[in-house]
Amino acid sequence: MSGPLLQVSNLVVDFDTQDGVVNAVRGIDLCVAKGETVGVVGESGSGKSQIMLAIMGLLDRNGRASGAVRFDGQEILGLPNRRLNTIRGNRSAMIFQEPMTSLDPCYTIGDQVAEPIRFHRGASAAQARARVLDLLAQVGIPDPEEKIESYPHELSGGQRQRVMIAMALANEPDLLIADEPTTALDVTIQAQILELLAELQARYGMAIVFITHDLAVVRHISDRVYVMEAGVVVEEGATKTIFANPTHDYTKMLLAAEPSGVKHPPEPDAQTVIEAAHVDVIFSSRTGLLGFSKTRNVHAVKDISLRLRQGQTLGVVGESGSGKSTLGRALLQLLPSAGEVRYEGRALHGLPERDLRPLRREMQIVFQDPFGSLSPRMTVGEIVTEGLLVHEPRLSRSDRERRADEALLEVALDPSMKRRYPHEFSGGQRQRIAIARAIVLKPRFILLDEPTSALDRSVQVQIVDLLRDLQQTHGLSYLFISHDLSVVRAMADEVMVMKDGALIEQGPTEAIFQAPKTDYTKALIAAAFDLKTAA
Amino acid sequence: MYSYVFRRVFSALPTLFVVITISFFLMRVAPGGPFNLERPLEAKVMENLMRIYNLDKPLWEQYAIYLYNLFQGDLGPSYFFRDFSVAELIAQGLPISVQLGGLALLLALTIGCGLGVIGAIKQNQPADFGVIALATIGITIPNFVVAPVLTLFLAVHFDILPAGGWGDGALANKVLPVLTLALPQVAVIARLTRGSMIEALHSHHIRTARAYGLPGRVVVVRHALRSALLPVVSYMGPAAAALLTGSVVVETIFGIPGIGRYFVQGALNRDYTLVMGTVIVIAVFVVLFNLIVDLLYSLLDPRVRYD
Amino acid sequence: MTDASVTAQSNGAVAQEGRSLWQDAMRRLRANRPAVASIVILILITIACVLGPTLSPHTFDAVYRDYVKVPASLSSYPRDEQIEPAMRTALRRARVEIGEWTVEDDRIPIVITSTREIDPRLNRYLDRAALFENAQVLDLSDDKRSARLVADITRLYFFFGTDANGRDLMTRILKAGQISLSIGLLATVVALSIGVAYGAAAGYFGGRIDSYMMRFVDILYSLPYTFFVILLVVFFGRNFVLMFIAVGAIEWLDMARIVRGQTLSIKRQEYVHAAQAMGVGTRGILSRHIVPNLLGPVVIYMTLMVPKVILLESFLSFLGLGVQEPLSSWGVLIAEGSRNLQGATWMLIYPALFLTTTLFCLNFIGDGLRDALDPKDR
Repeated sequence: MSGPLLQVSNLVVDFDTQDGVVNAVRGIDLCVAKGETVGVVGESGSGKSQIMLAIMGLLDRNGRASGAVRFDGQEILGLPNRRLNTIRGNRSAMIFQEPMTSLDPCYTIGDQVAEPIRFHRGASAAQARARVLDLLAQVGIPDPEEKIESYPHELSGGQRQRVMIAMALANEPDLLIADEPTTALDVTIQAQILELLAELQARYGMAIVFITHDLAVVRHISDRVYVMEAGVVVEEGATKTIFANPTHDYTKMLLAAEPSGVKHPPEPDAQTVIEAAHVDVIFSSRTGLLGFSKTRNVHAVKDISLRLRQGQTLGVVGESGSGKSTLGRALLQLLPSAGEVRYEGRALHGLPERDLRPLRREMQIVFQDPFGSLSPRMTVGEIVTEGLLVHEPRLSRSDRERRADEALLEVALDPSMKRRYPHEFSGGQRQRIAIARAIVLKPRFILLDEPTSALDRSVQVQIVDLLRDLQQTHGLSYLFISHDLSVVRAMADEVMVMKDGALIEQGPTEAIFQAPKTDYTKALIAAAFDLKTAA
Repeated sequence: MYSYVFRRVFSALPTLFVVITISFFLMRVAPGGPFNLERPLEAKVMENLMRIYNLDKPLWEQYAIYLYNLFQGDLGPSYFFRDFSVAELIAQGLPISVQLGGLALLLALTIGCGLGVIGAIKQNQPADFGVIALATIGITIPNFVVAPVLTLFLAVHFDILPAGGWGDGALANKVLPVLTLALPQVAVIARLTRGSMIEALHSHHIRTARAYGLPGRVVVVRHALRSALLPVVSYMGPAAAALLTGSVVVETIFGIPGIGRYFVQGALNRDYTLVMGTVIVIAVFVVLFNLIVDLLYSLLDPRVRYD
Repeated sequence: MTDASVTAQSNGAVAQEGRSLWQDAMRRLRANRPAVASIVILILITIACVLGPTLSPHTFDAVYRDYVKVPASLSSYPRDEQIEPAMRTALRRARVEIGEWTVEDDRIPIVITSTREIDPRLNRYLDRAALFENAQVLDLSDDKRSARLVADITRLYFFFGTDANGRDLMTRILKAGQISLSIGLLATVVALSIGVAYGAAAGYFGGRIDSYMMRFVDILYSLPYTFFVILLVVFFGRNFVLMFIAVGAIEWLDMARIVRGQTLSIKRQEYVHAAQAMGVGTRGILSRHIVPNLLGPVVIYMTLMVPKVILLESFLSFLGLGVQEPLSSWGVLIAEGSRNLQGATWMLIYPALFLTTTLFCLNFIGDGLRDALDPKDR
């Protein structure tokens, strides 16, 4: 037990890009002892993933790393691949964020898990197969005998991540690097994967480096934490100490970045803005060739009814594929649906687009992806004023500009940025632009479809605050769709829980969070909040 | 699998039918006829010829007769090569074209894929620039320039190969035509392979393979090349069909008796049946190779399934 | 790489005036040296083709019988050794004895004698040959049996040599370039208009309309396309204008497929959904959201289509189906060159050089534009 397992000193990672050299990591020190779990926390762009890729010699071609990296006493930075390959996959292993794409789609999972065993241990096909079956059973894949022949696309996201973990364990490594392994998964699956990792670590005694943006996960799993900001480690120490007494401002800010507070309830006699009854959405897709086509129906939304009053926020919660976004679009008549939707008492179903258009001004939408929802070849000014062109065509150019300035100011953006293009802004700024585009029309109802999910926690908090402020000032009604329970808790008056297109549970926010009635809701809430309290 | 092949062949029939119909009528709309020679024939002779070949009947009737004969496997007599039937001409020419095209295809695939892989692995290094330069040359220089230039150097200047002719399929006679046919394909394949290889090498599962210490050869061949071949395969469908059914330019320049030439000769001489025959051969090859491509696709990528 | 690019972007967002994606692309294109060099060369070739035939001392159809298939050369014709045989051939008909003669720069004084009286108009014999002009009979002796004949030697330059009919190859190549380039451009415009309209319509309307429209394109694809062009050419006659319509009418298929694919994927973008949710009508969505985002791939494809079209035209010309004499295109010249390969290699090399240089440049520009507009593929 002499010395640490991994000792990184003054690691620098640079990338050559068309816009010059980008310093992703600016000289960090990091050390991992045998058997311990180390968390590396930071927001996007902090360089946390690049450290691990640099250590393992996996940087992109335009990346350069310098400094020193000792693995079990041996210098490994800059080693040729042939030498590195005696360590990679043998004494160290990695799992990644993207369970969908991290496995080769062309080979069965059995083949892929067996590869490191065969290459590093020289095992025969039969030996490797036996080992793979054992590993798949250990990571909780049901029916390993059968699943060993499946291809990655035949498995769910959680199962694929389990397969990745099986592959990582294949040669019983001393070090496991986990790069955001649960970020792309639903909360309930995330909890299972974390539990599995903890259990396997107890069994095999390997060290784990856990890279994540999620403080709750770090607090739950790691012994020590490194906090990174813009390529530098700003604070490090035992998890308990850092969470109890953060010293650096950035750490404090991160810790405070949990959405908090509650929404003031609307006036009890507020009028109803949107009302929906028995909404059903069925997607049918035709497959096959001419004359041999088959129609496949997917029942995306099943018999949902809801009522939204002025100034109220209705949260819609569910995991991916639960139909929550589809429901939102059906309400806005952006998708064909069955059932009945009324806006201020007026039935929307079957209205031709021409009659819907005046109503569209009052019903706006903000999307999840701040990168995809802004037209890349329009300036911010053009994006924000586009709705005015449609709904207030008589407005003069200067009046339009003035309205855009007002809207931008309201979302705390400098109006002088109007001439810039979306790609010049950060994710949070873009989401503000999208909100400005919605409020410039002075709507009464906004559909918020995961508006904070693609953002860093610290930015999320700002957007949540902004949305609550705007709601207060303009008396807006929100339908807030999210998979993130803590954000919903801070935003919504009432919550609907959806699963597989159907409504599972509905009620006032605090009632649902304090006393969930169904098992599914209980599991969801447990997965989301237990992490925070478990540490 | 078999039922899929059957369904595909079955669903190709309407396409073939449309191709035949369009070609038939388009051909007939063009002015002139098969017997409008430079020296006009006597009216009597002309009348006889027209009657023998059913050309005096209304167009739709000729069409029906053609379809009826075609259904029985009869492609009709050639109007220009008057001692031969179209089937005989194709039977003579097609094996030669297929032979040359097949050799060119093999050559192009091996060299093209090899160069593409080298370019991708050595991206932005001298070897890569060499591959890019070669590919650009191959794509931009048309075959009717390549063929005479190759002849100039290898046949005229150094006199190591015959300048043309088929020579009953002697190997030396095949070298220049095969090179000419293969060069542009080498270029396109190398470019396609390089592009898709670079993309494949950046994919997440390659990062996984490297993170698990698999040897470079395994990463490149087993994991990257397999998915990188998909665009090459889909390009090769129509390209292979075109190669195997002969090239007008190459066959004209090197004086090779393949079926590529019949097509242009037929069109110029209004040899209706010969043109129809070659069109059908080409269309059948296109359909066939599209089917092969789809089957190869499902073989290479398990996500694609045809059931 | 994502982490790194995000930092790069936020660092870049300092300028007050925004930089559009187009401006970014142009900046990247200017940094791409092969592409810039290609643009310059292409402009030079275009200028040469447009102005060259008028500035050239030779017209593209002028025939010099004395200079059939003369090799390319930087020095002038006639060569010294050509002068004597040409002079003797010219004067043979004049039936005079040729005495002393010399070549003084561009003049050739010849002493002639004859048994009969010398007609002072015999200068015509010399003038008739392309090599000489301004022939004069001087110093006619009293008995009119001897005289001095002085003529200017016409110095002609054939930098690229002449063809089998004795026409200046350089002028012909430049003239042919006009045809080849304009067919390339016009046919591309034809293909572009049909392809973009068709593809955008199919992509935008989607559903059943889309699948029928694309089924039609698929059927056209399975027709051997050279067959189509050949039939069109045979049908329309070998006419310059109809030539590019024929070529354009074939090439639109690819364009339609690409535009349709792009339209479909743009239509699925959230900014289009956002505009729909805002009540923007079909026209607004097409003009503000779909077309501007379609432009990039279309421009890229267009630069790559011009060389394809030029190639197709050359191919047809090579087969003898292209433009007709005395007009010609690069393909026609290359075909002539390959027929005269033995002994007159310049007839193949120079037109081939012009064609391939142009194709090279267009390909580099197309690739450069693609890299500039789509920077993720580096």
